[in-house]
Amino acid sequence: MATEVNNDTNHDDHEYTTTGLNHRKMLMWAFLGSDCMFFGALIATYLVYQGKSLVGPYPVDVFDIPVTSVSTFVLLMSSMSMVLAYAALTQNKISGFRIWMASTAIMGATFIGFQVYEFSSFSTFHVDIESCNEKIVKHGIFDEYEEELCANAKEDHVETHDGLQPQTNLFGTTFYTLTGFHGAHVTLGIIWILSLLFLSYKKGMITPERHLDVDLAALYWHFVDVVWIVIFTVIYLFGVFPFPGS
Amino acid sequence: MSQEEAHHPTAKQYFRIAMVLSVITAVEVGIFYLEFLGYWMVPILVVLSTAKFALVVMYYMHLRYEHKLFSYLFVSGVVLATIVIFALVALFSFGIGRW
Repeated sequence: MATEVNNDTNHDDHEYTTTGLNHRKMLMWAFLGSDCMFFGALIATYLVYQGKSLVGPYPVDVFDIPVTSVSTFVLLMSSMSMVLAYAALTQNKISGFRIWMASTAIMGATFIGFQVYEFSSFSTFHVDIESCNEKIVKHGIFDEYEEELCANAKEDHVETHDGLQPQTNLFGTTFYTLTGFHGAHVTLGIIWILSLLFLSYKKGMITPERHLDVDLAALYWHFVDVVWIVIFTVIYLFGVFPFPGS
Repeated sequence: MSQEEAHHPTAKQYFRIAMVLSVITAVEVGIFYLEFLGYWMVPILVVLSTAKFALVVMYYMHLRYEHKLFSYLFVSGVVLATIVIFALVALFSFGIGRW
């Protein structure tokens, strides 16, 4: 039996739904649930192939945890900014809404900037070792990849410019696929946020009564944030940590 | 404003949650450098990142204040994704089901 929408929301209040819940919001939650499975499959693939690359560079060679920590912090702060934009709109503070939306888009773009920097530094990664003598290797100065390079070298000096490309090894393929899809999600979120920001300058388009439009964008934005929380821990922190005996 | 919205956190509470998220991230990175923890690092980081995940979903996405059906839709996706991750890793790590 159809019941009237009892939801908070807005211009859709007149709609009748079987659950009494707003269809657009339900669709968004169903989409986010399905997107969890999408990223779950990509994370599972990365983990399945972890440590199975036959050639370097490996995660320990290229990951820069301090840089990624800063980009993680930026994305977390963008989530706060987004929720403050939503709160400002519901309180009919449209200028506050615009400021927070703009800051969310800027922080999202900064995160993407970090990702572009990371991808470009990975793809141009190079190693230049002046001395490959056994003494230095035994002192543990070299990482796994550098030791491998020295072991295969005919001379004492080794130089390689083999960056990490998607086709380089299993790590490159799975890493770029996972983080690339996440970056695409963030990019789409930035476009969505900017669209709402521009629409707010058009009379009657973004109002406290029509806050569901912003609520849906906010849900999407927070979702890309929670996905990154998982990626940062599972891919970056677990990927670099030298487990005993590994 | 609906009853659900009336219970939404205030701007100050949103800011506090952001600070908690930042501190947890800093702790995660700090723990990462404590090599003596060894394998203990895994459960600690899992707990910390789960806490971050839950904070964002419950308070920023307002799932705590929403209708239960929304929670079922989202949580079922998260649970299924987690099962898929563990199943695939187990399948490939221990050769379960190898023929």
